[in-house]
Amino acid sequence: MSDKILEIENLTVSFDGFKALNQLNFSMEAGELRVIIGPNGAGKTTFLDVITGKVQPTTGRALFKGKNLRSKSEHRISRLGIGRKFQTPRVYLKLTPRENLDLSCNRHKNVWATLLGRPAQSERRTVAGLLDTIGLATKSDIPAELLSHGEKQRLEIGMLVAQSPDLLLVDEPVAGLTDEETENVGNLLLTLAEDHSIIVIEHDMEFVRQIARQVTVLHQGAVLCEGSMEEVQRNPQVIEVYLGQPEDSDG
Amino acid sequence: MADTSPLNAQRPRRLRQTSLMMEVGIVIVIALLILFVVPLLLTAFGQEFRINMLGRFMALAIVALGIDLIWGYTGMLSLGHGVFFSLGGYAFAMFLQLQLPEGELPEFFTLYGVTELPFFWQPFHSLPFALAALILIPALVAALLGYLVFRNRIRGVYFSILTQASLIVFFHFFNSQQELINGTNGLKTDTAKIFDVYAGSDQAQSVFYTLTVVGLVLAYGLCRWLTSGRLGKLLIAIRDDESRVRFSGYNPTGYKVLVFAVSAGLAGIAGALYTVQSGIISPKTMDIAFSIEMVIWVAVGGRASLVGAVLGALTVNFAKSILSEQFPEIWLFFQGALFLIVVTVLPGGFVGWLRTQGQDLFRSLIGRRRRLMTYPRLAEDPEVEYERQNLRN
Ligand SMILES: Nc1ncnc2c1ncn2[C@@H]1O[C@H](COP(=O)(O)OP(=O)(O)OP(=O)(O)O)[C@@H](O)[C@H]1O
Ligand SMILES: [Mg+2]
Repeated sequence: MSDKILEIENLTVSFDGFKALNQLNFSMEAGELRVIIGPNGAGKTTFLDVITGKVQPTTGRALFKGKNLRSKSEHRISRLGIGRKFQTPRVYLKLTPRENLDLSCNRHKNVWATLLGRPAQSERRTVAGLLDTIGLATKSDIPAELLSHGEKQRLEIGMLVAQSPDLLLVDEPVAGLTDEETENVGNLLLTLAEDHSIIVIEHDMEFVRQIARQVTVLHQGAVLCEGSMEEVQRNPQVIEVYLGQPEDSDG
Repeated sequence: MADTSPLNAQRPRRLRQTSLMMEVGIVIVIALLILFVVPLLLTAFGQEFRINMLGRFMALAIVALGIDLIWGYTGMLSLGHGVFFSLGGYAFAMFLQLQLPEGELPEFFTLYGVTELPFFWQPFHSLPFALAALILIPALVAALLGYLVFRNRIRGVYFSILTQASLIVFFHFFNSQQELINGTNGLKTDTAKIFDVYAGSDQAQSVFYTLTVVGLVLAYGLCRWLTSGRLGKLLIAIRDDESRVRFSGYNPTGYKVLVFAVSAGLAGIAGALYTVQSGIISPKTMDIAFSIEMVIWVAVGGRASLVGAVLGALTVNFAKSILSEQFPEIWLFFQGALFLIVVTVLPGGFVGWLRTQGQDLFRSLIGRRRRLMTYPRLAEDPEVEYERQNLRN
């Protein structure tokens, strides 16, 4: 058994001939925190769509813990242990944060268990703990539609964790947040990284510097370069297509 | 804050239990009033015929509960519930038609020269079979249709169109099969005998009235149970963002099939109860307009509110019968206007309005302050309280 949690081999996704992903190869160790950056339209979200079963690859394959994910439906992939946060926060607006978390936390997600089962004491405790972790304990029983954008972002990350997945896919968790919120989310992700494998997609370079260990740069559907933050920042190709000229580095 | 949290976790549960007991109590009291007091009052005011009307409309309220379950909670707009309603009605009407001396056929068969009972009529000799069939046949039809539709991720408008299309198919089938189920004329029930009394007699009618009240209470309880707890929350989640539900590890198909089947089963029960109280079931209940009316009742009463669905069905239907007695020609305009008003001014229906603006209006009428929309725990937070007291200037 390999301890690669995720392996992507020669993955191509084409939408009517347009290749959103082009012969992409990628792999990741269990326990790793990986940041993916890249210009708009590089295919980052599509990459997550393939892993989570929303989009089927045209060619190539994705392996999670050695299992091929092809033609598995979204809920099966989720039950294998992959959780996903969307680019725009998607929480259930009419439900409260507690209910949002409880639905994700539910261990048995078939119809009868959901109908007849009551939340176990342990699940209730998990939910209460998570509400504290994401800082929503005081707002746990109001409809989520009343939450601010940042609170929704944190709630959705909480929902991911409640699923207790092995791999978290987090798409732009700090888009539209204040600096303080950004740092909170960063710390939250760093804490989570202690016992999860995480892929974070982000444009905010300040934030990437805060959390990044390994960075992968996507460009036009393929990996442009991979390495530590410093290596990536120095790479001339990356500077050209994404980062732009360094103004005064380490400012 | 931290040390009060176990208390906070305990209290709502106990509160919830007492409010549940209250609710059960209220429902029982209302049911008893409708059973014993309302008929007396109506008789005293010389409105005896309205007892039967109330019975029929309560049967319609059962359909409304089912529509609320799939539309109000789960977000699937069915425009074909007339099918399930009629299947239930026909199932029980067939049983009643067969209450004849040994060897005789229902009268209409002889008109068309049918001499042998069609095979699918045979099991309807049995009361237990008929009772099971009037729930299970609609439920199974819905489950099958639903499974095919939901598995292929057909949603929204396409689902509504499909349900309406199946309504048209069923209508034409029932309407054209004279030799099998008497086509357009439908099946009469009031002249049939059940337990040695005519189904149309006062005695039988008062039993049906009682059964309808009991049925409505049970249907309410069932829907209440389904919509509270995790399943109910999941239905709302499916309504608001179905694909997100998949990424949380749930397969919505099973849930939607279950809810659609339950809703169809309720429509079946309603159809049977309605049929025996109106004395006939015919393909008219599969008119497109009737299925749309069912949706209007729920919209008027308030989507995603069970009480709203029941009240909506009762008020709209009483308004309909009273208005069409007085001004037969304007009822349809009124119904259209009602729907327009609800969609534009009261999107949450009557109960939705009561829960929001209505409360404020009431409070200002009795001279109380308006409620403040705030985070409840935050309002009790001592720090926030301190800031409010001391930092105002
Ligand atoms: N369903 C689709 N049909 C057609 N084209 C699509 C579809 N989904 C994505 N694309 C295209 O694929 C490309 C990659 O999109 P993707 O959303 O993966 O980019 P991204 O890297 O996430 O960008 P951003 O940083 O703006 O979020 C874009 O050009 C987009 O228009
Ligand atoms: Mg994206």
